[in-house]
Amino acid sequence: MADTAQTTNQTDRTDLPQRSAVRSLLRLWPFIRPVRARLGVAACVAVLASCISLVIPLVLKWLVDGPVAARDPGGAWLGGAFLLLLGLAEALLFGLRRWLVARPLAGVEATMRETLYRHLQRLPVAFHDRWPSGQLLSRGTTDLQLLRMFFAFPLMFLLVNGVTILVGAVILLVQRWSLGLVLLAPVLPLMVLCSVFEAKYGRAARRAQDQVGDLTTVVEESVLGIRIIKGFGRHRSQARAFRELTRALRSTELGKARLLAWIWGCMTALPELAIGGALVCGAVQVADGELSAGTLVAFLSTALALRWPVDSIGFLLAMSNEAAAATDRYFEVMDEPAVEESGPPTPAVRIPPRTAGAPTATAGAGAGAATDQGLVFSGVAFRYPDAPPDSPPLLRDITLHIRPGETMALVGATGSGKTTLTALVPRLYDPTAGRISLDGRDLATISRDEARAMVAVAFEEPTLFSATAAENVLMGGAASRPGGADAQDDELRRALAVAQADGFVAALPEGSATQVGEQGLSLSGGQRQRLALARAVVGRPRFLILDDPLSALDVHTEALVEAALRQVLSTTTALVVAHRPSTVLLADRVALLSGGRIAAVGTHHELLRDNPEYAALMSGEGEGAR
Amino acid sequence: MTTTTAGLPSDDPEDRDGPPSDDSEGRAAPPRRPGPAPAGASPSGPSPSKSSPSDPATGVPPASDSFARDALPAPRGASRSLLASLLAPHRRRVAVVAVLLLLQQAAVQAGPLLVAYALDHAVPALRAGEHGPLLAVAVAAAVCAMASGALQFGFIQLAARVSQDVLLDLRGRIFRHAQALSLDFHERYTSGRLISRATTDVESLRELLDEGLQELITIVLSTVYISVTLLWLDWGLGAAALASGAPLALLLRSFRHRAHRVYSAKSSAMASIIVKFTETLNGIRPVQAFRRERANDTAFARLNHHHERINGDTLLEMARYVVGSRLVANIALAAIVLWGACRVASGDLALGVLAAAVLYLRRLYDPIDRLGMFLNSYESAAASLHKIAGLLAQRPSVPEPAAPAALPPLADGRPGREVAFHEVGFAYRTGGEVLPRFDLTLTAGETVAVVGATGAGKSTLAKLLARFYDPSAGRVLLDGVDLRELPTGTLRRAVVMVTQEAFLFSGTVADNIALGRPGAGREEVERAAKAIGAHDFITALPDGYDTDVRKRGGRISAGQRQLVSFARALLADPAVLILDEATSSLDIPGERAVQRAMDTVLQGRTALVIAHRLSTVEIADRVLVMSDGRIIEDGPPDQLIADRGRFAQLHQAWRDSVG
Repeated sequence: MADTAQTTNQTDRTDLPQRSAVRSLLRLWPFIRPVRARLGVAACVAVLASCISLVIPLVLKWLVDGPVAARDPGGAWLGGAFLLLLGLAEALLFGLRRWLVARPLAGVEATMRETLYRHLQRLPVAFHDRWPSGQLLSRGTTDLQLLRMFFAFPLMFLLVNGVTILVGAVILLVQRWSLGLVLLAPVLPLMVLCSVFEAKYGRAARRAQDQVGDLTTVVEESVLGIRIIKGFGRHRSQARAFRELTRALRSTELGKARLLAWIWGCMTALPELAIGGALVCGAVQVADGELSAGTLVAFLSTALALRWPVDSIGFLLAMSNEAAAATDRYFEVMDEPAVEESGPPTPAVRIPPRTAGAPTATAGAGAGAATDQGLVFSGVAFRYPDAPPDSPPLLRDITLHIRPGETMALVGATGSGKTTLTALVPRLYDPTAGRISLDGRDLATISRDEARAMVAVAFEEPTLFSATAAENVLMGGAASRPGGADAQDDELRRALAVAQADGFVAALPEGSATQVGEQGLSLSGGQRQRLALARAVVGRPRFLILDDPLSALDVHTEALVEAALRQVLSTTTALVVAHRPSTVLLADRVALLSGGRIAAVGTHHELLRDNPEYAALMSGEGEGAR
Repeated sequence: MTTTTAGLPSDDPEDRDGPPSDDSEGRAAPPRRPGPAPAGASPSGPSPSKSSPSDPATGVPPASDSFARDALPAPRGASRSLLASLLAPHRRRVAVVAVLLLLQQAAVQAGPLLVAYALDHAVPALRAGEHGPLLAVAVAAAVCAMASGALQFGFIQLAARVSQDVLLDLRGRIFRHAQALSLDFHERYTSGRLISRATTDVESLRELLDEGLQELITIVLSTVYISVTLLWLDWGLGAAALASGAPLALLLRSFRHRAHRVYSAKSSAMASIIVKFTETLNGIRPVQAFRRERANDTAFARLNHHHERINGDTLLEMARYVVGSRLVANIALAAIVLWGACRVASGDLALGVLAAAVLYLRRLYDPIDRLGMFLNSYESAAASLHKIAGLLAQRPSVPEPAAPAALPPLADGRPGREVAFHEVGFAYRTGGEVLPRFDLTLTAGETVAVVGATGAGKSTLAKLLARFYDPSAGRVLLDGVDLRELPTGTLRRAVVMVTQEAFLFSGTVADNIALGRPGAGREEVERAAKAIGAHDFITALPDGYDTDVRKRGGRISAGQRQLVSFARALLADPAVLILDEATSSLDIPGERAVQRAMDTVLQGRTALVIAHRLSTVEIADRVLVMSDGRIIEDGPPDQLIADRGRFAQLHQAWRDSVG
């Protein structure tokens, strides 16, 4: 199954030179910055709390050596009270730390997710072609959860435990430097072990996370393609890909566990050995009378109190490495340059938006004056950025002039690049060569936002969003014409009428306020297509791109939509991808796209008569042309 | 608006997931808001979609809201029994894991005992010039240290194995179950939720298994050890320590209760974020073309803030618990130490015993935080498990037969089979009849075109034949065998449906075609592609048949995708082929190629073809005209045209449009 190979190839960057975990994690600073004060305070609180934990054994020592040994009940009471006080302080500080970071950390996670989402929406379509959405989704969910956990524990506790260990070491050395040295002996080998472990674990963590992303992709596809899977019983290669991926993930995770087992084993055994050593030496010193029993108890008690900080370093490092891998994955997406939304202010004179119903100023002017008005493609070439370098560009030399107010049908064999050509106009892709101009303005100088405000598209695949039917339609034009609620209602009614969608929308349970899309009522293909068409015409755009807009409609409805659409098209500069004569007849002229070029332009009848390829496409006779 | 006569105002009620509400039984509630039901307002308004009753097997009330709220009903204790059934196959290894931990804890907890022994015995012995006891202490300490390290090592690996196997099992169960569930389920349960179940919800179980389970065992073991040791050291101190457990248990209970609530909410909040996320990513073209970015930002921010709020709540619950439990523990510690000190002072207690007891006491209360963390991950996992259990408790509404039947062998080599609808009626479970009872027989080898305005019930007819739904009354028979008695494998080999929606899975073009018949060789794949006229465009792709279709066929045009779907169906070589608007995006040469293929390759097979383009009708032996769920005309096309009925009108309109 190529699935696995393909998706992993794309995103598996584990072979890239490994960046150090710290360098990766440092990139998170901008997100931490707003909450740095709280985190800082929380860290101080945590240090304080763990110092108290270290002081408690000292109080115990004082109790044992002093009042207890002296059989002094008053002193014992004093010690008990002190112990209680410290205990209360410790508990409150523990809580305070958590309270301090709870909201800010949830906030950091949310901010990072929102930033990712915003960025993803603004990445070029070519990026989304390249990246499986499961990989992106897993970055927005599991990876960010990992990062939140990293902020909550490893980030803080690596610091806190470091300080605790330092303070503890000082206390130990001060109490009895010889015993202290015995106890601290394993520190050096542990540090070496940790650094070796860190590098290996980081790589494994990254691999596991990428595999989770691939798994998400497979799951997503199996859900989105469920009708096909149902229709054919079972998708075996999909099931196999799933099985292989889960297995691969399992073995990666087991590899991680093996590393973890080593480091934890050492982290447990070495300090225990040291404590044992200190106990034996201490006992000798106590026997020699050089050391009081209380000091030894306190000493060992401190040592035991340090055990958790030392033990925990293993998993804190592991979590930090996972977090570093998650950070890398996150920034891989964030580092992709987003397309600028508003772009450079265009020097060209703004053409005032047309008022409703008024024909374009130049519409009737005929060919003479309008050489650069309308939609003009000159020498446009396009190849997909991820196309093999040796393949010819999909569009080689498109030169086409659609006059203002004219409707041009675009006809071409399946796969000739019609949809790609239409995607260039709203700047979903930018041409690799040549120039497109809208009413005389070079498209490259028009910001994407503005270009998309001028151009409305009805896509081949009529995607509806989880929103009401009205919102789905109005999103086509709402931004460009604010207007009152009434004006919007009128616009909505008009657009629905054009697409012959008014009837079925009115009959929905809540009319145009009915939720549709994935989280609402699911509509039939024909209904979706009509809403998508209404969405394209709602804003009275100056340029209209319709990609096979009537394919899912039955003959009767198609005829009604055509009649209504003709009126809209009579005053709009439009490019209509057409597969059949009925759609072609919406247009004033037809352009034939073949071999990456516009091979012929003319009326339907001219082309039918003069161009055998066109005739073949329209009649289905003599497929030799294909 | 095409059909108004009988008030079936919309296109294809059968494409919708919900039932049209029936005038007699207008209880179908609107999907998610509690607004007034449209019942009565219009005789048969199309219906709210999310309101079909949930699975009868679980015996729960209509689940209209459970779908909307992302809370599918699961039987009581379902999440626990799910966890138990996941762990059951690993019973032995779980036991070994527990034993390893037991020994490891014994090794670790020996420390203070050694201290007590060293102070009370080895030191006096040493003073007496006897080295034996100290040597014993040294050896014991070394053994304990090495053992605890080695046991830790073994434990982590074994535990990881158990946890990974459980996750593997669970992921597989969710995946297979999701695929087994019927279409009507998928139409109501959004894909984002399903993804969320299989990813983030499984992830939270992973956290529980990876960290939680070990924590829990460690905590229980160390608590037992320490309590027993304390009791053994000194009965009074031990009892006092145990008594402090009571308030801690109460705290724990209330924490669990509250954590359960917030984690359940959190998992739902996450699922709705995922839904929004996937919707945006999958519709990125329209999102950008219609400049939805800012509106989406706002909508996403709302969902995200909701999640942030709940996320914060979960963290705060934990903070509350930690303060409470630490307070109890530290107060108890102070009290016990004070009491012990007094007893030592009065000579009632040995100093070494108190020293050991104090060390143990600190350790006794150590795991309280960790217990909280365990409960955290437990509640988080329980909330997720509950949702997964709810999903797994769903039964397919088109179940596998209990006693599978076999199809009779094909009669004298003819590839087609006879299809009979016997007294079949179809209505959604909440009422709302789509197809009134009818009888229909398609003779083997016949190509039958179904025409009619949108909303006439054509797709429902097709879906009944493909057994995407079961009829509410009557039987659908394939060569005399009820479809409900056929095992899925047999049914899918015999009946294949190609729909308008041509989804491509990631993988190569060849993979996508081979899906029609797993195990088909490259030549067979190519033969199918050639027959349908897809060979030329496929070979023109960068890697030919091995070209990756990438993300959801982004680079392959809609028409080409439909050709691939056809090739897939052709390769499947079914006895009955159903085409539901399967040629809508094809250009005319493509459509002709398909028709030719049906003429030749599918010769002799039974075909049910739904098409708006009446050109398809030209190859049909017989035409059914449907209107409002009824078959109003039935006959060979020429005869129907001659009869000047509904079909004749449609045909005339089509001829005009072809111009």
